[in-house]
Amino acid sequence: MRKVKAGPNGAALTADLSPSKLRARRRWRRLRENHPFLVMLIPAVLVVFLFNYLPIYGVLIAFQDFMPGDPILGKYTRWIGFENFTRFFTDVQFWPLMKNTFLLCIIGFVIGFPLPIIIALMLNAMKGRRMAKVLQTIFNGPHFISLVVLVGMLTLFFGRYGLVNNIAAGLGGDRKSYFLESGAFRPLYILSSNWQDFGWSAIIYIAALSNVDPGQHEAAILDGASRFQRVLHVDLPAIMPMVSVMLIMSIGGLMGVGYEKALLMQTDGNLGVSELIATYVYKQGLTGVPDQGYATAIGLFNSIINVVLLIIANTTSKKFSENSLW
Amino acid sequence: MSVKNTAKKRPPIRLGMGDKVFYTINALFLGLMALIVIYPLYFIVIAAISDPDAVLGGKVVLYPVQITMDGFKRILQEKSIWTGYLNTIIYTALTVVLALAVTVPAGWALSRKTVPGKKLWMIYFIIPMFFGGGLIPFYNVMSSLGLVGSMWAVVLPSILSVWNLFMTKTFFESSIPDGLVEAAKIDGAGEYRIFTSLVLPLSKAILAVMALYYAIGQWNSYFNAMIFLQDEAKYPLQLVLKEILIASESTMGGSGETILEQYRMANQIKYVSVIVSSVPVLMLYPFVQKYFSQGVMIGSLKG
Repeated sequence: MRKVKAGPNGAALTADLSPSKLRARRRWRRLRENHPFLVMLIPAVLVVFLFNYLPIYGVLIAFQDFMPGDPILGKYTRWIGFENFTRFFTDVQFWPLMKNTFLLCIIGFVIGFPLPIIIALMLNAMKGRRMAKVLQTIFNGPHFISLVVLVGMLTLFFGRYGLVNNIAAGLGGDRKSYFLESGAFRPLYILSSNWQDFGWSAIIYIAALSNVDPGQHEAAILDGASRFQRVLHVDLPAIMPMVSVMLIMSIGGLMGVGYEKALLMQTDGNLGVSELIATYVYKQGLTGVPDQGYATAIGLFNSIINVVLLIIANTTSKKFSENSLW
Repeated sequence: MSVKNTAKKRPPIRLGMGDKVFYTINALFLGLMALIVIYPLYFIVIAAISDPDAVLGGKVVLYPVQITMDGFKRILQEKSIWTGYLNTIIYTALTVVLALAVTVPAGWALSRKTVPGKKLWMIYFIIPMFFGGGLIPFYNVMSSLGLVGSMWAVVLPSILSVWNLFMTKTFFESSIPDGLVEAAKIDGAGEYRIFTSLVLPLSKAILAVMALYYAIGQWNSYFNAMIFLQDEAKYPLQLVLKEILIASESTMGGSGETILEQYRMANQIKYVSVIVSSVPVLMLYPFVQKYFSQGVMIGSLKG
C-alpha cells in the first residue's frame, strides 16, 4: 500500500502527487486515525437526531390538514399552505395569548434578569467570606425543588386553605383562593420563579467576579474610592461581558417561558391571564379533539419569534459592544 | 470615633463612614433575602408536624403547635406515593446510566481538535438549543417510535442535554492536559484506551456533576410522564404529587364543614408529601454544592 511509504520522507515521496490528491490523502489519513472519536459521537448524534431533528421535520404538518396517525409525507397529504397560521392570527384567542405570553415574559425578565446580578455583586462585596459562602448555599437551595412541589407550596401559602388565608381566617376575615384570582397569577408566577432561581442564576456572575483583578481594587482604593464606588466602577464593568451574553440568551428564550409551570398553576379562575401560547398549543394538540396541524403552526410561530428575537439581540449587541454569541 | 482611629493606623483599609453604611445595608439586605428563602421551607416543616386545626386556624406561623407525627403515619399508607417513589428511582437510575454513556464520550470527542468535521458537529448540536419542532411533532415522533405509554418515553428523551454535553466538552478542554494524551499515544495507547484508562479516571468531578444534573432533572420532571403515560402504575413521583398537591385547588370550591374536614386531612398530607419527596434531593445538595457551582462555572467559561 502506498500509505506505508509515507514516513519521515513522505513529503519527497508524494511530491509527484497533485496538491488536491495530497490533501485528499491527508484527510483520509486523519479520518482513519480519528475515527474512534466519531464512534464516541454516534450515540449523542443519534439521540439528538431522534428527539430534536425528527420533530423539526415533523413541523411540516403545520402546513397540512393533518389527522393524528397520518404519514407526514404521504400520498394523501393535504397541503394547505399557511391556512393554519392565518387561522391562528384571526383566532379570538390570538391577542389575549400574545398579550399573556408577552407580559409574563417581559415582567419576569425585568425583575428576574437584574436580580441575580445585584445579588452576585452584593455577595461579592460582603466583608465576611465565609458568611457569603453560607448565604450562597442558602440561595441556591430552592433551585432543586421541583416545579410540582413549588406550585404545591404556592397552594399551601396562597390557596384557600393556605397560610395567608389561615391567618386571615384566624383574624376573622374571609377565605379566598389566590389561585382563582386572575390578578394574582402573574405576581405569584414571577415571584416564585425568582424565589427559586435568583441564587442559582447568580452563580455565573459570582464566578466572573472571582476573576476580577485585585490590582484594580487596590488602585481604586488608593484613588479614594468607596466600596460602593468600586462595585459600580470595578466589579460591574468586569462582569459586563457575561451580562451581555446572558442578556442575549434570555432575550432569545424570552417567549419560551416555562409553560410547564403555567400549566400547573392554571385554574378556571385565572385562565384569562394564565393561558399562554405554549399552554394553548398543548391543549389544542394533545387534549380533547386534537387539532395537531393547527397546534404545530402555533408552536412554530412561537419558535420563529424566539429565533428572530435572538438574532436581533445578537446583532444589536455586536454593534454596540464586543460581545455576541456568534 | 473608632472609624477615625482605624483610618489613622491603617490607611490602606480605612473604613469610611460611607463604607460602614454600605457593608451594613449590604449584610442586612442579604440576610433578609436569606430569610425569604428559608421561611417557606421552614413553614412547610412546622406545618407538617403541627396539629391540622392549629394550621388551619392560622396559629402555626413561627413554631410548631401541638406536635404530631400523624401526617407521616398517614403518608406511609398512601400507596400511590410509594409506587411513584419506586418508579422515579427506576427512571432516574436508568436516565443517569444512559446519560453518562451518551454524554461523556461525546463530550470527550468534541473536545478534541482532531475530530473530523468538528465544526459541523458543533453546529449540529447547537441548533437544537435555539430551535425545535415543538411539542406536537415531538409527541408524534415518540408515538411513531412506539414509546407512548412506555416508561422509555420518560427516560430516553432525557438522556442527552446539549447544555450538559457542552459543559462536559469544556471540562475536558480545560482540565485534561494535552501532554498527557500525547504521552499515552507515544506509549502506543489507542483512542479508546486513552478514553477509558486515562481520561475517565481523571474526570470524576465532571462525572459526578453530570450524574447529579441528570438525576435531579429526571427526579423533578413531570411533563413527559404526564403526556406519555396513561397507566397510573407507571406514574413517577412528581405526577402523583401533582394530583395530591395541585389538582384539588382548582376543583374544590365553596365552603362548609365537610370540605373543611377534607382540607384538614388533605393539607397535612400535602405538607408531609412536600417533605418526603424533596428530602432526597435537598439532602444531597449541600454535599454536592461545590461540584454544582463548579459545573456551572465550567459551562460559563465558554458560551
